[in-house]
Amino acid sequence: MACINPDGSLTPSALAVLRALETPATPAEIAQKAGLPLFRVRGSLRELVEAGLLAEREGIYSLTPQGREKTNA
Amino acid sequence: MSEMPVHAPVTLPRLNEPAPEFEAVTTHGVVRLSDFRDSWLILFSHPADFTPVCTTEFIAFAEIYPELQKRGVELLGLSIDSVYSHIAWLRNIEEKTGVKIPFPVIADLNKEVATKYGMIQPGASKTEAVRAVFIIDPKGILRAMIYYPLTTGRNMAEILRLIDALQTSDRHGVATPANWKPGDKVIVPAPQTMEMVEDRMKAGFEMVDWYLAKKSLE
Repeated sequence: MACINPDGSLTPSALAVLRALETPATPAEIAQKAGLPLFRVRGSLRELVEAGLLAEREGIYSLTPQGREKTNA
Repeated sequence: MSEMPVHAPVTLPRLNEPAPEFEAVTTHGVVRLSDFRDSWLILFSHPADFTPVCTTEFIAFAEIYPELQKRGVELLGLSIDSVYSHIAWLRNIEEKTGVKIPFPVIADLNKEVATKYGMIQPGASKTEAVRAVFIIDPKGILRAMIYYPLTTGRNMAEILRLIDALQTSDRHGVATPANWKPGDKVIVPAPQTMEMVEDRMKAGFEMVDWYLAKKSLE
């Protein structure tokens, strides 16, 4: 996984994506806030949803309670 | 008498059709072609990591990356090597030359992407990809292809020029003549009817004849 290290910690780019989600946002908005290329954000979002740290509804992404916990860690 | 080797036909993608979708392991994690929607993409293959011509090309691609970004273009490399080999090579390039490779590189060990894009040309090599370049537009349509042999490094100025020409054509509904570069006059599409020819003759373009007219974009 490009977002989650073997010890369960998040990579810097994954943390940047989570921290860009204070409020729910689209991939393009997240890319702008996080300063990451859109393609990279799309790949990270897939992994972070799969890991249960984000939820997606109609193209809008938001933190799950586990995701919020990770951003505060 | 020596016989020519017989190879299975190579399937090539086609211009102005959707570029073949893929999901692949890269040095930046798993990417899908669809992740690049809304930006232009240059997908390019190289024969192998830790080889001399490829190393010069990667440095050259990294050097034009800022210019590509200004044009809304991303880069994605590919070879039939493992992600560990890619990581070791990219780190070696940075260590030896100071050039950081900022774009992802596909580790296409099972040749899945290379096969879809006709990057394996057995007459050149059965195990390595040739030097192919695919330009894919923000809607995922394949707009241009260039193939170079193993021995010849690509020309970055031509790749930038091709991007500029495609984007100019899209923006202004024009074509570009031989050796065109930004700022040069462009070609107005040829008229399709007699009525359009009459209008063309009065439009004030630089005319060679009714079918070849140029105009300035400034």
